[in-house]
Amino acid sequence: MMAEEKIVFSKEFTEEETADRVLGLWFFIGAEIVLFGCLFGVYLTLNNHTVPGESPGELFELKQTILATFLLLSSSFTCAQSFLGAKKNHYKKSFFFLISTFVLGAAFLGLEAHEFFKYVREGHTFTSSPFMSSFYILVGTHGTHVLAGCTWMVLLLIHLKRERITSYTKAKLEAFSLYWHFVDVVWIFIFTVVYLIGKAGIIY
Amino acid sequence: MSFYFFGEKIRLVSDIIAGYLSIFLMGIAAVVFLTYYKKWGALWRYVKTTHHSKVGILYLSAGFAFFLRAGLDALIIRAQLALPQNEFWVFQGDKYNQMMTTHGTTMIFFVAMPLIIGLMNVAVPLQIGARDLAFPFLNALSFWLFLAGGALINISFVLGGSPTAGWTSYVPLALDEFTPATGNDYYSLGLQVSGIGTLLTAINFLVTIINKRTPGMKLMRMPLFTWATLVTSILILFAFPALTVALLLLMFDRLYGTGMLAADAGNSLIWQHLFWIFGHPEVYILILPAFGIFSDVITTFAKKRLFGYSSMVIALVLIGFLGFMVWIHHMFTVGLGPTSNAIFAISTMSIAVPTGIKIFNWLFTIRGGVITFNTPMLFSLGFIPSFVIGGVTGVMLATVPADYQYHDSYFVVGHFHYVIVGGTILGIFAGVYYWWPKLFGFMLNDVLGKWHFWTFLIGFHITFFPMHIMGLKGMPRRVFTYLPEDGLTGLNLASTVGAFMMGGSMMIFLWNIYQSYRHSPREVGNDPWDGRTIEWTIPSPPPEYNFARLPKVYSSDAWWQAKKYQNGRLEAAEELSPIRMPLDTAKPMLIGMFMLIGSFGIIVEVWYFQLVGLLGVIGLMVLHSFQDSGRKMVTPKTHPDEKIGGEE
Repeated sequence: MMAEEKIVFSKEFTEEETADRVLGLWFFIGAEIVLFGCLFGVYLTLNNHTVPGESPGELFELKQTILATFLLLSSSFTCAQSFLGAKKNHYKKSFFFLISTFVLGAAFLGLEAHEFFKYVREGHTFTSSPFMSSFYILVGTHGTHVLAGCTWMVLLLIHLKRERITSYTKAKLEAFSLYWHFVDVVWIFIFTVVYLIGKAGIIY
Repeated sequence: MSFYFFGEKIRLVSDIIAGYLSIFLMGIAAVVFLTYYKKWGALWRYVKTTHHSKVGILYLSAGFAFFLRAGLDALIIRAQLALPQNEFWVFQGDKYNQMMTTHGTTMIFFVAMPLIIGLMNVAVPLQIGARDLAFPFLNALSFWLFLAGGALINISFVLGGSPTAGWTSYVPLALDEFTPATGNDYYSLGLQVSGIGTLLTAINFLVTIINKRTPGMKLMRMPLFTWATLVTSILILFAFPALTVALLLLMFDRLYGTGMLAADAGNSLIWQHLFWIFGHPEVYILILPAFGIFSDVITTFAKKRLFGYSSMVIALVLIGFLGFMVWIHHMFTVGLGPTSNAIFAISTMSIAVPTGIKIFNWLFTIRGGVITFNTPMLFSLGFIPSFVIGGVTGVMLATVPADYQYHDSYFVVGHFHYVIVGGTILGIFAGVYYWWPKLFGFMLNDVLGKWHFWTFLIGFHITFFPMHIMGLKGMPRRVFTYLPEDGLTGLNLASTVGAFMMGGSMMIFLWNIYQSYRHSPREVGNDPWDGRTIEWTIPSPPPEYNFARLPKVYSSDAWWQAKKYQNGRLEAAEELSPIRMPLDTAKPMLIGMFMLIGSFGIIVEVWYFQLVGLLGVIGLMVLHSFQDSGRKMVTPKTHPDEKIGGEE
């Protein structure tokens, strides 16, 4: 039995390849849910392990976090628009909304960095108490996900620019939009559990 | 004599010198072997491969290499414990702790896991009629991440000491306050890196099994090993992130000065909870694939349909589900209160029900069958009574008041070796003997295989059965010696004799591989075992696309049915056409290498290693994002026959 071989570089994914990627990302999100679930558990266990003057109620400022929430939730909308644009083979719409998503995500990261720097300047560092450590790890892990998403978007924008709308870019965009919506959902939980409940002074 | 290695003082004492020498000599031997037999090209092809069966071979060989290392640790442990107040070489106190920690960690994460994942890689695509896994690149990446993690933990011994806090690495003992040496840093980083690989592999198998089945291969027609892989992958998916978080906290506490797991400022119980939320599913991750292998082997060599196929599947799923509900049974003596202990005792005992269903179904499959007593079947038959003993002691341990007596005693050590060695390792051997001819195109010698089996099984019982009695007599686990008046001498000596017998048995296995490689007839044909599932319809070893045309499947045990009712031919589900195969690439290996460099940088706290690792990994991932469109179109030239299977 002999076989002929030919190497091809085609920027087209079969339907099967697209479906594999999307399903794979769903499972990845399943694992991420456990990851964030554990981080929330750690945070809720440790948020009363703190030093005087460093409780959630004293630390957090809701105004800025609400703005960050607004930015990130809007980015979910633009991300969905970008994917819808790609679905309708509308290159310009897809590209524009993906750039908007990137800008919103980057602005969110800027706000978060600003918040972290403020705390550090005030002396609430990563090592000042288990509460601060678990706070930085939970919120920081989410921030790292946003950062990874922004990097991913840069790559996607280059792909879109070069390939326009093909089954290849569509598959990538679909996988990305799943990821991005998930990162948003996690933020809603962080906003509620860490900031709102923390500001209300409810400590477990 | 000593020298400094990134701030860590390394004393050149006899065991460390022996370690360096053995690394050096084995390195030289490898280079000489590869050069003399001109195998560098072959090695490079394996390094670059993304093909499932080659990645499977990589997993199996790396797993067996770690098996020898961790087995050597076990022999050192047993030599030290053979006699009361013994002083074997340097392995007392801290060095003993290094040995028992490395033994446990390596055996679980770098022996049992890769061997099982290796068999999954080899068999699952063939069993469901797939050309490869869904993500071949990711598959290779998983392997290299696993190898990077394993390398980190193994190298730690000669770079300042192995981890010392047991494979469970309980805090606060594992914090830098009590174990300041770098060993436990290697533990946290090594397991982290290999854990990422395992998680990616689970996603890969889930997508493969759900999306890549050949037409007609419904879920309830899949072979049991594939079913076990599916359930195991779900367990990995939901269990490993808990370990990721636990190791992350450990790393920050040890290396970055936080105090989350500390007994005073933080909360030490977080580690125990997270570790066992991962750790208990982990033991089912190890045993369920073995269950799958036994089901396939027993049906093949009893020449009978699996008794109660659907109840076997339901039992697998049920064990997987309950596996997440029982982690507190490792923490009965923590003091969480009688209510929580009682709930978790009941959930633990209830796992005996689906497991019992499986045991009885195997027995009923064997009953009335035409049994062939060859090596894979012997391993399966040896498994049943051995595993039942492990299961019974498991139910004993689940009884809370009694557990206060057994806890942290040798009874526990006996119990988990009966389930892991008597279940997983016997399953791995059965699987290796069973799929070997499919993988390499020649059989392993059956006579030597039987020697391997009997010495291993007898050695296993001699080693681990006395441990139950030691435990009941009060010997705690993780101690490096005991007193003559403790009355434990005879039991320990017996255990040591058994351990060396198992060591000898492994030598027989290696000799068997060499002998069979030299002397076994090639040309085993497609179906050397008179098998039942569709992996036996294709040539051994299979062509890289496995199936020139995918077969159409109408029932479970489709190949057996075809042999019985369709003159040994399966219908094709498609026309002959070019097949899209993945390209070879060295990028997964390079990502693994940069992960290794980066993690090493975190351990020794050198920022430029960390930076190189980080940039390397990100750079390669970006590069891959632009190179993931390459495919190899392979056009198989096969006989224009309309049916599949049988001899060519």
